[in-house]
This record gives sequence, structure tokens and C-alpha cells, in this order.
Amino acid sequence: MTKAKRKRLIYNLITFGLVIAAFLILQNMIATKSISRSLKGQLVPICSWIVMAVSLNLVIGFSGELSLGHAGFMSIGAYTGAIVSGWLLAAFDMQDTTLRLVLAIVAGGILAGIFGVLIGIPVLRLRGDYLAIVTLAFGEIIRNLVNVLYVGTADGKLQFSFLNKNLPENVTMLVDGAKGAVKIKPISTFTVGFVLIIITLIVVLNLVNSRAGRAIQATRDNRIAAESMGVSVTRYKMMAFVTAAVLAGMAGALYGLNSSTVVPTQFTFNQSINVLVFVVLGGLGNVLGSIISATFLTVLPEVLREFADYRMLVYAVVLILVMIFTNNPTTRAIANRLFAPIKNLFHGKHKESVGGGDAK
Amino acid sequence: MIFLDNLINGLSLGSIYAIIALGYTMVYGIAKMLNFAHGDVIMVGAYIAFCGLQYWGIPPVFAFLLAMVVCTLLGITIEGLAYRPLRQATSLAVLITAIGMSYLLQNIALMIWGANPKSFPTTFINGASLHLGKINISSATLITILVSIVIMVLLTLFTSKTKLGKAMRCVSEDRGAAELMGINVNRTISLTFAIGSALAAIAGILLCSSYPILQPTTGSMPGIKAFTAAVFGGIGSIPGAMLGGVLLGIIEIFGKAYISTELGDAIVFAVLIIVLLFKPAGLLGKPMREKV
Repeated sequence: MTKAKRKRLIYNLITFGLVIAAFLILQNMIATKSISRSLKGQLVPICSWIVMAVSLNLVIGFSGELSLGHAGFMSIGAYTGAIVSGWLLAAFDMQDTTLRLVLAIVAGGILAGIFGVLIGIPVLRLRGDYLAIVTLAFGEIIRNLVNVLYVGTADGKLQFSFLNKNLPENVTMLVDGAKGAVKIKPISTFTVGFVLIIITLIVVLNLVNSRAGRAIQATRDNRIAAESMGVSVTRYKMMAFVTAAVLAGMAGALYGLNSSTVVPTQFTFNQSINVLVFVVLGGLGNVLGSIISATFLTVLPEVLREFADYRMLVYAVVLILVMIFTNNPTTRAIANRLFAPIKNLFHGKHKESVGGGDAK
Repeated sequence: MIFLDNLINGLSLGSIYAIIALGYTMVYGIAKMLNFAHGDVIMVGAYIAFCGLQYWGIPPVFAFLLAMVVCTLLGITIEGLAYRPLRQATSLAVLITAIGMSYLLQNIALMIWGANPKSFPTTFINGASLHLGKINISSATLITILVSIVIMVLLTLFTSKTKLGKAMRCVSEDRGAAELMGINVNRTISLTFAIGSALAAIAGILLCSSYPILQPTTGSMPGIKAFTAAVFGGIGSIPGAMLGGVLLGIIEIFGKAYISTELGDAIVFAVLIIVLLFKPAGLLGKPMREKV
């Protein structure tokens, strides 16, 4: 086993180990009822945000493309999940909530993946900031489209209508335009969320460490060099983009089926930005970093609830300061000197996967 | 006549987008960064003008000048405090900082002025409206279009004739070479932010004169659309931003009038995607040349 391989193995083991340990501790806390109510309610959203962050990291950190429309895929997943779950209940009277949840998540992932391919074909031909703005545009289009979508079930059949509520009298509404997906039976569980995280980690870490993953990172580091070595840039960028879209769709379905309503305004541009912040603060190309920052930044606003009026203000200030301190050459030199002893302890552990750093 | 009415409304909205897009495109051209906080500077400008008119009762002209001065200072401060330390950093780090700045401005506005929407006083321009045959042009529309034409002419003259304007174009073309020629790069970037922010204040006032609802998030959507307009016209190009802004405004109004009100935004963004497919550098952008 080469040194690089061993390091990667240790990094992966730490990542999986931490996630599993956190799950076991939290399960134990739930069993002994020593968990606070607000944190318990946050568990499923945290799982969704972790999956969102890790999947976006695949696009930004590993394939080096800035995507600002990740919430669009989440929205597709959430709506698909709500529709599929409602339809399965109405048409087949499926009472097994776990099975329904799993089917809804799979459907959400598949539909988001289809959209990922459709969007990816035109988008991935563009570069840099142009790609960013087109993904942003895509997210806004999705939000606009679901705003005028009406879906209902009647006699076990799905009825769709677009732009105006053109549905028969006897339907039970599943998606009601600007009101969003209504009367969802919340069926998401923490265990399924945990399994989804593990699946995401297996997919992403294996992809990244495979031949295709090396090709993806090569296109990030130097597109021209990769292309002249025979790497098909579009194909590998597409692979990363669609994988991320599928995972985001699954996260969306999990997230949507955790509450009784899903509204289009939940998945705005700001939500995409939030996920981007998770990824950047966690470190580009650092999967464990994404998991930690997604967890931390989802819990933080809840902890700061007593400072309700100031929490977003504090969040903004902290965000700016962290970015300046970690990116300014002067402050970085000071920090490096201060943390040198600690760094030596972990020396080189993350080097391999952190890589690049520039989104371009 | 509805067609002409829509066209004029589109021109008016488009002129506002164009003024905002100018701020985006100049900053992008010179500092190579997407200044996401630009939309929120618009909001601050509108609030200052609102306070001047509503609370302090100063004459409209002075209220607008005050808004421009405050926004100019705000723009310079933001650049100096948040963006200057990151001059050497990756574009993504600067982008996140700009997003943080956008949240910061919105939340400060939320603390000062509260979340309740304020209705912007429009009495100062509710004077005569122009009647041309059957077409009725409100004075707000007229002023918006006139102001934006004046701004575009002045800005074009400034960048092509004056020394400072030429310095700006130099820095945006090649920062290193400009520095070697004795141009103070930091000061030029500050100047760009100052001009962009002053324009944002004007845009904020014009926007709220036509759509008089003012709240801390007022600037976000016009900001995103103006940014789209800048990309549409070719980001970094000043004529491109003007053209992109005006076209985007017209497309939005026509989309809303003839296709669907709810899908107005979706149509705008769909057109953007289609244009970028055929002209990947925007309408007037220079195609990127690659050196191996």
C-alpha cells in the first residue's frame, strides 16, 4: 500500500467513523430521552443539509465548477417526494412509511438526476462565472415553475395542471401552486437520513478516489492538460454534476417529507448560497469539513435563538471575518505560526484531498 | 397601443436594470469579483432617500444627493474593509465575503428600519404626465429613462476622455501593467466602487419611485436580475451592461404581458440561458482567448 493510499484510507475511515459514532450517540440520547426537543427536530434537516453540502462539494471542490442553483435540485426532490408519497398512499394504500419514504427518496433522486442531465448539457459548455450565473438562473426558473404547478390525485390517478388550477372537483390536492406541496404526512426518520448520508459518503468518496474521480480532479486543476491527455472534460464534469444533482434530489425528498408543507420560497437562491457557505467554510474538496460545517451551521442559528434579532447579523459578521482571516496572506501567516505545533501533529493528513482551492 | 405602453414600461424597468448592471460590470471588470452586496447598496440608498423625504423633510434633490453620498461612502468602506484584504485570494473566497456583506447590510437595515414594508413617497414626481396621442407616459417613467440616458452618456465620456476613466480601463485590462505605468491600483478600484455605489443609490431611488415598496430585501431580486443583465450583455463591458439591462427589462415586461405574469422571471432567465448558449461571452463580451 502506498503512502498516499494509506492516508486516503485513514481519512475515509475517520469520516465514516465520526458519522457512525455521532449517529450511535444521538440514537442513545433519543432512547434515554436526554436530547433537547429543538435538537431532535433538527436531526433530519441536518442529515439533508449534510447530503446537500457533500454533493455540492463534489461539483465545486472536485470538479471545480461554481454552481449557484443547488437548491433547485433540492426543490425538485422535495416536490417529487411529496407527490410520490401522497400518490403511493392514495393509490396503493401503502401504510409502510419506511418503504414509502425510500421510494419517494429514490424518485426524487431520479427526477433531479434527469434535470441534472438536461441542465448539464448546455451549462457545462460554459466556464467560470458564466456557468455560475446559468446555474443561478436555472434555480430561479425551477422556483418559478413549481410556483404554478398543480398536482392532485383522484381515484388513485395523478392529475397534473400547469399555470392554472384546471383539475376535476374530486381531487385531493398534493401540490397547490404558490401554497406549495400541502398536507404531507411527515414520514422522514433520522435513521433513513443517516443511511442516506452513508450512501452519499460511499458514492462520493469512491467516485473521488476512482479513475473517473482522478479525471474529474484533473479537469479542475488544468483543463487543457487533462484534455490533451485524452480526458473527456464534458463527460467527467457531467458525471460529477449529475451525481450531485441526484444526491441533492434525494436530500430534498428527505427534507420535504419531514414537514407537513413545502413551499417554493424555501428553495430560493439564498438557500443555494447557504449550502455554498457550508462547502467553502468546510474546505473545498474536504468531505469531512462539509459534514462538520453543515452540522455546525445548521445548529448554530437554533442555539443563537435567544439573540433572535442579532443572529443573522452575527452570522454575517462571522462569515466575513472567517473569510478574511483564512484568506488574507498576513493573517494566514500569523495563524500558521500560532497553530504550527497542532498542524505538525496532523501533518499532511488532509493535504491530499484539500488540493486545488481555486474554484476555477 | 398596449404594445407601446409595454415597450415604454419595459424601457423604464430596463433603464433601472442597466444602471444597476453598470455597477456590477465595472466592479467585475476592474476587481474581477462578483459584488453580491451591490443589490443591497441599492436598498440602503432607497432607505436614506426615504428617510430624507419622509422623516427629515428635506427637499427631494438634497435627499437624493444625501443618498448618493452615503452610498458612495458605504461602497468605499465595504471595499476597503472587506474586499481589499482579499485582493490575492481565490475568487470563491471573495464571493463568499461579498455574500456575507450582503447579509450584513440586509440585517443592519432590518435592525434600523424594521421588517415592515415602507411605502416610498412618490409625490415629488407625481406631476404632469406626458400624453402622446393615446399613449400615456407617467413622469416617473420619463424621469427614469432620461436619467439613465444622461448617466450612460456621462459614464461613456468619463471612461473614454478623462485620465481617471482611462486609468480604470487600464486596470481592468491588465492590473500588473497598469501598476507599472504608475497607476494607483487601489485608488482606482476604490473609485470604481464609489461610482458604482453612487449609481446604485440613483437606481434605488428610481426603482422605488416606480415600485414604491421598500423593505430590507428590496434590493436582492433587482440585484440578481441586473447581474443577469450584466452577464447577458457581456460582463466587464460597459455598453454591454446598458444593452443587457434595457433588453432584460423589455423581455420581462413583454413576458409578463403576453405569456404569463407568474412566469415573468422564468422567461427572463430562460432567455439568458439561450443567449449564453449561442454567445458564451454575452452579447457584447469579448470571447476569451486561451493560451496554452
